[in-house]
Order: sequence, then structure tokens, then C-alpha cells
Amino acid sequence: MITGEQKSLEEIQSLLGDAEKVLVVGCGTCVTVCFAGGSREAQILSSSLRMASKLQNHPQNVTDVTVQRQCEWEYLDEIEKEIAEADVVLSLACGIGVQAIAEHFPNTWVVPGLNTTFLGLPVEQGIWEERCAACGDCVLGLTGGICPIARCSKSLLNGPCGGSEDGHCEIDPDVPCAWQLIYDRLTSMGRQETMLELQMPKNWQVSRDGGPRKIVREDLRLITDDTEV
Amino acid sequence: MSSKDNGYLVGSNLEKMLRAGHFVVTGELGPPQSADPGVIREKAALLKGYVDAVNITDNQTAIVRMSSIGAGTLVLQEGLEPVIQMTCRDRNRLAIQADLLGASALGLKNLLCLTGDHQIFGNHPTAKNVYDMDSLQMVHMVTEMRDKAIFQCGDEMKGQTAAFLVGAAAAPFADPTAFRPLRLAKKIKAGANFIQTQLVYDVKEFAKYMEKVRELGVHKEAYILAGVGPLKSPGMAKYMKNNVPGILVPDEVIDRMMEAGKEWAGKKASELSPEEKKARSKAWQTEGIQVCIDLIKDIKKIEGVAGVHIMAIEWEEAVKPIVEGAGLYPRPEVK
Repeated sequence: MITGEQKSLEEIQSLLGDAEKVLVVGCGTCVTVCFAGGSREAQILSSSLRMASKLQNHPQNVTDVTVQRQCEWEYLDEIEKEIAEADVVLSLACGIGVQAIAEHFPNTWVVPGLNTTFLGLPVEQGIWEERCAACGDCVLGLTGGICPIARCSKSLLNGPCGGSEDGHCEIDPDVPCAWQLIYDRLTSMGRQETMLELQMPKNWQVSRDGGPRKIVREDLRLITDDTEV
Repeated sequence: MSSKDNGYLVGSNLEKMLRAGHFVVTGELGPPQSADPGVIREKAALLKGYVDAVNITDNQTAIVRMSSIGAGTLVLQEGLEPVIQMTCRDRNRLAIQADLLGASALGLKNLLCLTGDHQIFGNHPTAKNVYDMDSLQMVHMVTEMRDKAIFQCGDEMKGQTAAFLVGAAAAPFADPTAFRPLRLAKKIKAGANFIQTQLVYDVKEFAKYMEKVRELGVHKEAYILAGVGPLKSPGMAKYMKNNVPGILVPDEVIDRMMEAGKEWAGKKASELSPEEKKARSKAWQTEGIQVCIDLIKDIKKIEGVAGVHIMAIEWEEAVKPIVEGAGLYPRPEVK
């Protein structure tokens, strides 16, 4: 899932400025699961903003609404009226949701209430870890299902650097060394030889380095380039 | 190419010394955090004649310094041969190749390919890191630039190629330790001509590592230089033991350093007069140099070790007594 963390109240307030009518929009998907921007968080944040603005003698009219997925137009259509009435929309979705609102409602000023952090999973209640860098050319088949692009601090492809110690990365004792994990897994599965093959420089063109990415599936499209409008 | 005609890859002093079978000594020079060429010249003067080549670090510990190519060119002008260090942290494949064309044009002939310390350790922790490629891929790329005259993309190089004696680093005691000899072999297979290791203080453990390396036979395919460095104090020894990944400092070494300062044992720095502090420092440094000399003598006996790489950054004065004390002075001359 996509994980996010709420921005500080101070930063959110500065993004909202002196808007009178604020609509907080939660998202019912990834950010609900990671307790950052779902219906509950939208309600709590709205209430905090109301209280804070009142204490600061600039009371703001803050309401909230949560849609199932902010990253799809059809769910945004459901809240068209609320959005039109707001001076500012505070999106508690990931960056995709914020942009979906901006794109779908050209006259609406939308600001983010979260920092979108990474693609990851909860390793235990309250702890999420990054797992995927969406690099566009998956190498997990070479590394025993452990991603060195997302999980090695240097995205190395040919084994651990000299900074691996006691299973952790040189940057932080709390960060596991991805290559130690890969080594352990490949060794336990009798596949260590894959670590001995020289992996050539990665094609970063299919990652963000090649520019914004797009997928076109002609087999799924309802309107094609040939369709007469 | 003329250097190929006489059988050398590049014909650098380092390559000739290694090929001649001399026990090679390389040093290390850290460029200043300024544009001052004087600092480089002073350090080069301390090392000249005592090392066969000197590594010029590339933004070591991720702190911005004069570039290794710039500083290396100054060192070369002083009559000392540089080994240019290049990390994967700060440059993508375009920048690495472009800089190496420039370095080669400036007459630099030895290169050490490194992954590079993560930028979080340095003075620009908010920088974006690059790691477009890793050190093994860099070794392979620069080997192909030299031997096949091609760029990483496969395009042919037109005109003079960038030719370097290609080096790589090895961390014998970093984890996973069982993989380390295999990783060394992988680097050599990728094209490394010489290897410089992380600091060795535990000769017994290093000998075990070298035994595994010999079993793989790769000590015959590249020259392995063991990293050594003088300790300045027992505190430095303990710090390295506890805080620097991949460095083993045995208790005997720490005990020797403690013993050297026993006259002042149990006293805090604040309880010592400036003279006493100076005397203690001197005693520690003398012992640190002696420990380094003894390490070199022991390492020299290990089969498959082609030389030592003395890392005395910001203490270049120590190299002279170490090389002399280890019986490695004067340095042989090769034509």
C-alpha cells in the first residue's frame, strides 16, 4: 500500500491560510489502512483545526468528508457539491489523491494534509516499512523476493557494501541491511550462485528517471485514438 | 597503444611495481575542504619517496572537498603518482565517464572504484544520492573503456581511450563475512586489477580471509594490498572497534595503546597540564606507529598479499616512520 504521515498542525494551518471554509477530504483506501488520512483522521483533524482556529481568534468553518478512493474520478464526483462550496480543500489522501482533486476541479484550491512516504507494509501494529521503489524493472526474481532498490540505502545490485554490520545498514542500526537479508535467504534456499553473477547497470529509464510514466492498455480502453468523437 | 606494446595495461608506476613483484606501498591523501593547492603540495611532500602511489579520496565520508581529479593532478605535478578514488554516490554514469576522460587526459593512470559512504554521514545529509551504478558495475565499465574502447552504452570511443589501472576496495570483516571472499572474487572477475582492503588490525582474521581468497585462486588474478593505519590513541582504537563497520580491533592492540599511556592512566584530559597532554599524545602516537609497523611485518608474511595501503589521513607525517620501520624504505625504482 501507499503509506502517508500527517503533516504538523502548524504546517497544515499555514497551508490553509485565512480561508473561511475548509473541506477536509479523507480517503478510504491506503491512507485509511495506515491510519493517516481515513474518515477517523479526517474527523479528528477537522475538529483540531476548528479548535485551533478558534483559539487563534480566526475561527474557520471546517467540515469533513471521506470518499472511498480519491484517486478515481467517479468517487470525486460524489463530493462535487461540497468541494465547490469550500474555499480550500485539505486532502488527506496520498499525493495522487491531491492531484486528482486538482485535476478534476480546476477552480478548487487543494492542499495536502499528508506527506506521502512510501510503498510498504505494516511489519507490526504501528510500524510500516518501505518495500517497493516502483522502479519499473523488477529485480525481485534475482534477489529472493527482497528488493535491493527500495531496501538497500544505496540501491546496490551486486551485493553488500562495506557498511553492513551485524545485519544492519551503516546509516542506522535500526535499518536492516537488505543484502544481508538477500544473502541469508538465497543461501538458505541454495541459490547463492545468483549473487555471484555480475548484474549490469540498471535501466533507470523505466523508473522516474525516464520522466513521468504512463501505461496504455489498448485492450482495456473504451475510447481509442481511432475512435471518432 | 604504447603501454600495451610493452605488456602493461597503463604503465603507471603502481602497475610496474606490482608487476615487478615488489611489496608495494600505497598511501592516502585527503584533499582539503577548500581550493588551496598548498595543502595538497605539503601533504604530497610528506609522502613522496615513501609510497609508490597515493590514493586521493573522493569526498571522503561524504564531506565536500577538492575533487580527487583536481587534487590528483596537483599531486602528479609534485612528482608523486596518484590513485584517483571515484565513488558511485555523487555521479551517474555520464559524469563518471566524462570525469575519467578528463582525468586520463590530465595524465592520471590509476583508479579506485568505490561505492562511497552514504551522504547521511557527511556535511550535506539532505542531498540526493545518485548510485546510478554500483562499484562492481563501475569496475566493469572502466575496464571496458580501457580494453574495448567503448562507453557504458556500447558506443565506440573515438580517439584516445581513457585507460586506468582499475582498483576496487574490499572489506574483509564486514558482514556477511562468509560472502566477503566471494565478493572480492566477483570484483576481480568484473575487471579489478588491484584491491585495497579496509583497515586490518586483526592479522589472524585477515590471514583466514586470505586463505579463503587463495582457495578461490583470485590472488593470482589481481594484486591485493592490505589496508593499515596508525592509531593515535586508545580511544581511537576503541571507537573503530565499536563504531566503524567492518573493522576488527583485537584487545591486544587496544592493550598496547593503553600501556603506552599508562603513566597518565586514570586521568581525564582536564586534569593534565598542556605539557602532560602533549607527552601522552606523543607516547600514544609512537606506539600507534609501532603497532602499524608490526602489523605490516606480519601481513607481509601472508601469501597472496602484494603490498600495503597505509591510511594515515590527516597524519601524513606518520607514513615516513612506518615505511622506514617496516623495512620498506627506500622504495625500489622500476623503469
